Amino acid sequence: MPPLVKRLASAIGLLVAVLVLNFLLIQMAPGDPVEVIVGEMGGASEELIARLRAEYGLDKPVIVQLGLYLSKVVTGDFGYSYYFNQPVLSLILQRLPATILLVVSSLMIAVVVGTLMGIYSARKPKGLLSHFVTIFSLVGYAAPVFWTGLMLLILFASVFPIFPVSGMQNVRGSETWIGAVLDVLHHLVLPSVTLASIYIATYSRLSRASMLDVLGSDYIRTARAKGLNERRVIFGHALRNGLIPVVTMVGLQFGQLFAGAVLVETVFNWPGLGRLAYESILRRDYPTILAILFFSAILVMVANILTDLAYGRIDPRIGGGRRKPSKPKGAAQ
Amino acid sequence: MTETTSARTTAAPEATGPKPAHPALEFLRAFARNQSAIIGLILLAIVLGTTFLGPVFYDVDPYSMVDMPFVAPGGDYAPLGTDYLGRDMLAGIIEGGRATLAVGAAAAVISVVIGILIGSLAGYFGGWIDAALMKVTEFFQILPTLLLAMVLVTIFGATLVTITIAIGAVSWPQVARLARAEFMKIRKLDYVQAARTAGARDAYLIFRVILPAALPPLVVAAGLAVGAAILFEAGMSFLGLGDPNTMSWGLIIGQNRNYLLDAWWTVTLPGVAIFITVLAISLVGDGINDALNPKLRRR
Repeated sequence: MPPLVKRLASAIGLLVAVLVLNFLLIQMAPGDPVEVIVGEMGGASEELIARLRAEYGLDKPVIVQLGLYLSKVVTGDFGYSYYFNQPVLSLILQRLPATILLVVSSLMIAVVVGTLMGIYSARKPKGLLSHFVTIFSLVGYAAPVFWTGLMLLILFASVFPIFPVSGMQNVRGSETWIGAVLDVLHHLVLPSVTLASIYIATYSRLSRASMLDVLGSDYIRTARAKGLNERRVIFGHALRNGLIPVVTMVGLQFGQLFAGAVLVETVFNWPGLGRLAYESILRRDYPTILAILFFSAILVMVANILTDLAYGRIDPRIGGGRRKPSKPKGAAQ
Repeated sequence: MTETTSARTTAAPEATGPKPAHPALEFLRAFARNQSAIIGLILLAIVLGTTFLGPVFYDVDPYSMVDMPFVAPGGDYAPLGTDYLGRDMLAGIIEGGRATLAVGAAAAVISVVIGILIGSLAGYFGGWIDAALMKVTEFFQILPTLLLAMVLVTIFGATLVTITIAIGAVSWPQVARLARAEFMKIRKLDYVQAARTAGARDAYLIFRVILPAALPPLVVAAGLAVGAAILFEAGMSFLGLGDPNTMSWGLIIGQNRNYLLDAWWTVTLPGVAIFITVLAISLVGDGINDALNPKLRRR
């Protein structure tokens, strides 16, 4: 089996496992969906309750209910949210883009800023900026992300009101297409910087350690000995190997990034899946919360597969023979 | 960290002496030379002292009203101000630290125990056991931990015990991966083979022969797990998913969040407490790591 097919098969297996877990969680939750619906309606006749139970398959054995649940999910039916008064799937699809935008832009900020900081402090371990980087990493790691968000919110709501602190768009909206995009980006600044703040620390520590390792290796000495300037040594030769642990970490931490998004979206009223998770947990809206669990698992899975692909591209030892053989390093000059 | 290197040169003669010191002593010496680790230790002592001895010196009920709501720090009745219900912030922070630290430590213990169990079995036996256990680990890694813990707490009710178990039950995969890697490395070493040839059973090999050698990196991971669990607990209580009847740092921030522009101290100060605690734990953890790892010590 080709590796990608194998990877996909294993991913689908894991997703089915997530669905089974979801089903078990529904079973364990106090009260069944019908009781919740009846509660929302403010009471119903015995007859209606019995009809709803039959409709939901609650009068059948558990294993049949599991089969029903799985077959419903396959057709995209994740149930109906009585709190939000719409099908769960459409609710999630509405909120998904905002979360992907937030998570991906935070990840980009964290990787770029973190790696640059790590490279710098690996190059000049005694420099003033290196101490700053060390302190910044510690702060980013130790401060709770929701608190960082609230501190930025205080700062930018009352002291420097240059960034909006709530929501994703202006209330009045924007006339032009460009204006709308800029408006969203303007709202994106604080949430994405907040979410990135935790991971900047991780990536700067990681890339510092791995660059220190790489910069001490023989091939870097060779590159220096043949008279390459420092920028080429770092960005042309060292970075590629130095980035490998960073890429691994991106894949491993994607799930945590989503967890951070729940907190950051709640702080900044960002209309994504994270805030939806928070809202539906408060209302005990189980169909919605479990569907979010499922969709976030898909997101993490996709991120992991993308990481694996990136991994193969960066590290020729893993990419197998698929990469074109690169030119001999000496001949490039 | 420049100070550590200069301090080391003065202490160097011992290291080059004919007899190497006892490993534990060597470890303590290396740890004591590390300035940031000592700062971490002092901060940790302050945090623990404040939360556990604080009520003796500052005897104010954290749940009762002492003044008007939103009195700024430095008021007549409350040195750190009051919250949205006029409760004493200092008393709240002292009281809230206990729940936060207890949940953090207990959840970390749970996650480290599960992680070591799964990781050691996977790394020791390899083969299909490894494959199966790693599938389980992967399964837990694709689910966002916070979300899963939120669901568990909603279903089983928000008490300190359920929150602790929920946090512990979702945070073990990293420890498991670390333990597995260590076990895979160590099980191939000669002394393990020797013990096996001498007829030691699997359980003995796992817990008495390999585990002690695998412990140092796991101890560091356990320290970091405490910090992570504290942040985790704070996040859950901030969202209002903590035990509503127990004061905790996250809960104070969450409850006062809507008034943060009028009363900055109500959300800022408990956050500073969380920050200092996690910072102290991570500084001490780094110090232990550096002291255990002679290769890093020389850097």
